[in-house]
Amino acid sequence: MDALDVARWQFGVTTVYHFLFVPLTIGLSVLVAILQTRWHRTGELRYLRLTKFYGKLFLINFAMGVVTGIVQEFQFGMNWSDYSRFVGDVFGAPLAIEALLAFFLESTFLGLWIFGWDRLPRRIHLATIWAAAIGSTLSAYFILAANSWMQNPVGYRINPDTGRAELTDIVAVLTNKVTLVTFPHTLAGCFLVAGALMVSIALWHLRRPSGRKADEAGSDAGARQDPATDGNTTAGEDRAAFRFAARFGAWVTLAAAVAVVITGDLQGKIMTQVQPMKMAAAEALYTTEAPASFSVLTVGSLDGDRELFAIKIPYLLSFLGTGDPNGQVQGINDLQAQYVAQYGPGSYTPVIPVTYWSFRFMIGFGLAAAAIAAWVLWAQRRGRTPNSRWLVRAGLVMPVLPLAANCFGWIFTEMGRQPWVVFGEMLTRDGVSRSVSLAEVLTSFTAFTLVYATLAVVEVRLLLRYARAGLPDTTPPPEPAPGADDDENRPLAFAY
Amino acid sequence: MDLPTVWFLLIAVLFTGYFILEGFDFGVGMLLPVLGRDDRERRVLINTIGPVWDGNEVWLITAAGGLFAAFPGWYASLFSGFYLPFLLVLLALIFRGVAFEYRHKRPDARWKARWDAAIFLGSLIPAAIWGIVLGNLLRGVPLDAHHDYTGGLLDLLNPYALLGGATTTALFVTHGAVFLALKTTGDIRARAGRLAARSALATTLATGAFLAVGLTIRNTPAAVALAVAAAVALAGMLAATRVRREGWAFVGTAAAIGLTVATLFAALFPTVLPSTTDPAGTLTVANAASSPYTLKVMTWVAAFFTPVVLAYQGWTYWVFRKRIGVANIPHP
Ligand code: HDD
Ligand code: HEM
Ligand code: HEM
Repeated sequence: MDALDVARWQFGVTTVYHFLFVPLTIGLSVLVAILQTRWHRTGELRYLRLTKFYGKLFLINFAMGVVTGIVQEFQFGMNWSDYSRFVGDVFGAPLAIEALLAFFLESTFLGLWIFGWDRLPRRIHLATIWAAAIGSTLSAYFILAANSWMQNPVGYRINPDTGRAELTDIVAVLTNKVTLVTFPHTLAGCFLVAGALMVSIALWHLRRPSGRKADEAGSDAGARQDPATDGNTTAGEDRAAFRFAARFGAWVTLAAAVAVVITGDLQGKIMTQVQPMKMAAAEALYTTEAPASFSVLTVGSLDGDRELFAIKIPYLLSFLGTGDPNGQVQGINDLQAQYVAQYGPGSYTPVIPVTYWSFRFMIGFGLAAAAIAAWVLWAQRRGRTPNSRWLVRAGLVMPVLPLAANCFGWIFTEMGRQPWVVFGEMLTRDGVSRSVSLAEVLTSFTAFTLVYATLAVVEVRLLLRYARAGLPDTTPPPEPAPGADDDENRPLAFAY
Repeated sequence: MDLPTVWFLLIAVLFTGYFILEGFDFGVGMLLPVLGRDDRERRVLINTIGPVWDGNEVWLITAAGGLFAAFPGWYASLFSGFYLPFLLVLLALIFRGVAFEYRHKRPDARWKARWDAAIFLGSLIPAAIWGIVLGNLLRGVPLDAHHDYTGGLLDLLNPYALLGGATTTALFVTHGAVFLALKTTGDIRARAGRLAARSALATTLATGAFLAVGLTIRNTPAAVALAVAAAVALAGMLAATRVRREGWAFVGTAAAIGLTVATLFAALFPTVLPSTTDPAGTLTVANAASSPYTLKVMTWVAAFFTPVVLAYQGWTYWVFRKRIGVANIPHP
C-alpha cells in the first residue's frame, strides 16, 4: 500500500459520503418549496405543517452536505496537487463559478428561510426557499460540468511549453455532451431519493395506531391553535396530511424513475462513444459483439475465460449502447490493444467486477424503489388507506434503495474511468501529490473515516427522532407589519 | 494592469472578505464559554450568527475555488504543502458547522455541552491556523524546483508563524466581542463591551508585532502604507472599544483585520509563495497563473455576479439587523 492507494481510497470514501447528503439536499429543497407554495396558495394549515416537518429533516441533512463539501473542495489541492496543476486552468473555472453562483445563493437564502419566518413578508419568504433550491440545482450543474470534463475532455488544448491543459472554449466545457446527459440523470436520481424518503416516513405514520403522538421532540413549544381540538381530530388531520405526502412522494418517485431510465439510456449511448471501455467494463464484455446482448446476470470467471451460467437479453446491449439492436459494441480485449497502440504499454482496463456489479446495483436498487412507489399508489387508490404490513416494511427500506443506487452509479462512473483521472490525458497515478507522505494520508484518511462514521450515526439518529415525532403543531407565523418592530421581547420564530 | 495581477488582487480581496466576515463568527464561537453563562445566553450568542455563518464560510469556498481557477500552481503547492494544518481546519469546520445545526435538536444537557465544545474548538483551531498559514506565506517555505513542499510539520510551526496564529486569534476574539456588543441587548451586551475593551489592547500588541516583523522579512511601499493604515485602524479600535462606541469599534476591528491581511498580500506581490530553499521553487503571479483566456472568462463572471452576491448578502444582514437578547429566545 502506498500513498497513492490511500489517497484514492480517501477520495472515494469522502466523495461517496458527500453524495449521500447531496441527493436529499437537491431533491428535498424542491419538494419542500412545493409544499410551502401549496400552503401559500391554499392557506391550508396541513401544507404548512408538512413544510416544517420535511423542512426540518432537510436541514438536518443539509448541514452534513455543507461540511463534507468543503473537504471535497480542499482535497484536489491537498491530495491531487499534480492533477490540480495540470487541470486547474479548465477544471478550476466551473468550481469557482459554482461557489460564486450557486453556494452563495443557497447558503444565504437558506439562512433567510430558516430564520426569516417572522421577518419577511410571506411571498418573499416563499421566494427564499425557491432561491435556495435553485442554488443547489445550479451547484450540481457546475460540479457535473467539471466532472464531465474528466470523462470527456473538451474545449482545451495542451500547452506544449508547460505541459498543462489550457481552456480554449468555456462554452464547450459547459455544454459538454456528457454534462448534458449527466445533469438530468443525476437530478432524476436525486428526486428518486427525496421522493422515496417522503413516502417512507408518511407510510410509517399512516400505519401507526391513531391518536398517539410519539415523543414530542420536534413539536413547536406546544403552541396548539385551538385547545378544544382533542388528540383524535389532530390525528385525523395528521393522517390526511401524511396521505397527501405519501401520494405526492410516490408520484415524484415514479416520475423520477422514468426520467432516470430515459436519461440513463442516453448516457449509455454517449458513454459508448466517448468511453467505449467503460461500456465494455459495465458488461464484462471481452470480445467485440454485433449484435451484443445485455447480461442480466453472468456467473463465471469474470476474466472472461469461461462463462458458467448467464441470463442474457439479446440485442439489448447493442440498443443501449448504439440505439441500433444490431449495433456493434466493442469488447475489452480489442480496446485494450487499441489503447496500447495509442498511449503506450500498460493496462487501460478498469477493475471489471467493480464496474460490472456497480452498474447492476445502480439499476436494480433504483428500480426496486420505483416498484415500491407504484405499490404505494396502488394501495392508496380511490382513497384507500394502505394497510399491508409488508408494504410498510418495504416502505421503510425504500429511501435506502435509491441512495445505494446513486452510490453505485458514481462508483461505476468513476471506477469505470480508471486508470485515467482525465480520460486520455492524465493517469490517476500521475495526479497524486508527491509531497504528501504515506503517514500524512493515512492520518487524514483515518481521521475522515472515523469522523464521518461518528457523524453518520448522529445524523441518522436525529433524522429518525424527528421523523418519528411527526408533524409539528404550528400556527402560521405573523405577517410582519412594515415598520412595526413592536414588541422588543417577542420570541424569535426560529432559534438555534 | 495585466490579468494575473487583477486576479492576485481579487484573491486577496476574497481572503480579506473571508477573514472579516468569518472572523466575527469565529470570535463568537471562541467567546461561547466565556460570555455564555447558561444555555439561554449561549443560544443568544449562537443566534447572532445563525442566519449568516454559512454565507460567510462560502467566502472561503469561493476564495479556494478562485485560487484553483486563477492560480492552479499556488493552490496546488499551498494545499498539499500545508497538508496537516489544512486537515485540522477541515475537521474543525466539519464539527463546527454540524454543531450549529444539531446543538438545539435535543434537550439533554450533555448533548449540548458536547456541541458547545465543538463550536469553541471548531472556531479556535481555524482562527489560529489561518494566522499560521499567513505567517508562513509571507516568510516562505521550503519548495523544490517542481514547487513541491519539502519541509515537515515543524517547519510550519516557526516563531513568526506562531505569532501570526496568536494575531489572528486575538483579532477574531476582539472582532467577535465587538460584534456581540453590537448585536445583543442587556447583560451580554455590557459584558461583551467590557471584554472587547480589554482584548483590544492585547490584539493591538500582537498585530503590531506581527506586521512590524513581517515588514522586515519582506516589504513593498504599498505594504508599508497599508501597515500604517492598519495601525490607525488598531488605534481607532482601541479608542472606540474604550468609549463603547459599538458601531465604530466594529468598523475598527473589521478594518484592522482587512488591512492586516492586505499588508501581507501587498508585501508578497508579485511573489505568491516564496521558496526558502531552491529559488527556482518560488511561485510568482506569472508562473502560477492560469492562461489569459481562463482569467478573462473568470473576470467576466466575477464582474457580473460579485455585485449581485454582495447585494443579497448585505440584504440578509439588514433583515437580521435587530439586536437579540435572552428574552427573544423561545423556550425549548
Ligand atoms: C437512483 C439512482 C439511479 C438509477 C435508478 C439509475 N442511475 Fe444511472 N447513475 C446514477 C444514478 C442512477 C448516478 C449516481 O447519478 C450516476 C453517476 C454519475 C452520473 O452521471 O449519474 C449514474 C451513472 C450512470 C451511467 C454512467 C455514465 C458515465 O459514466 O458516463 C450510465 C450509463 C447510467 N447511469 C445508466 C443508467 C441506466 C440505463 C439506468 C436504468 C435503467 C440507470 N442508470 C439507473
Ligand atoms: C459526487 C459524486 C462522486 C462520487 C461518489 C465519486 C466517487 C469517486 C470514486 C469512487 C473514485 C475512485 C477512487 C479510486 O480510484 O479508488 C473517484 C475518483 C475521482 N473523482 Fe470522483 N466521484 C464523484 C464526483 C466527482 C466529481 C464531481 C469530481 C470532480 C469535480 C470528481 C473527481 C474525482 C477525482 C479527481 C478522482 C481521482 C482520484 C482517483 O481516481 O482515485 N469526482 N471519485
Ligand atoms: C468532488 C466534487 C465536489 C466538490 C468539490 C464539492 C464541493 C462542495 C462544497 C464546497 C460544498 C459546501 C457548500 C456550502 O458551504 O454551502 C458542497 C455542498 C453541496 N454539494 Fe458538493 N461537491 C462535490 C460533489 C458534488 C456533486 C457531484 C453534486 C451534485 C450533483 C454536489 C452538490 C452539492 C450540493 C447540492 C451541496 C449542498 C449544499 C450547499 O450548496 O451548501 N456536490 N459541495
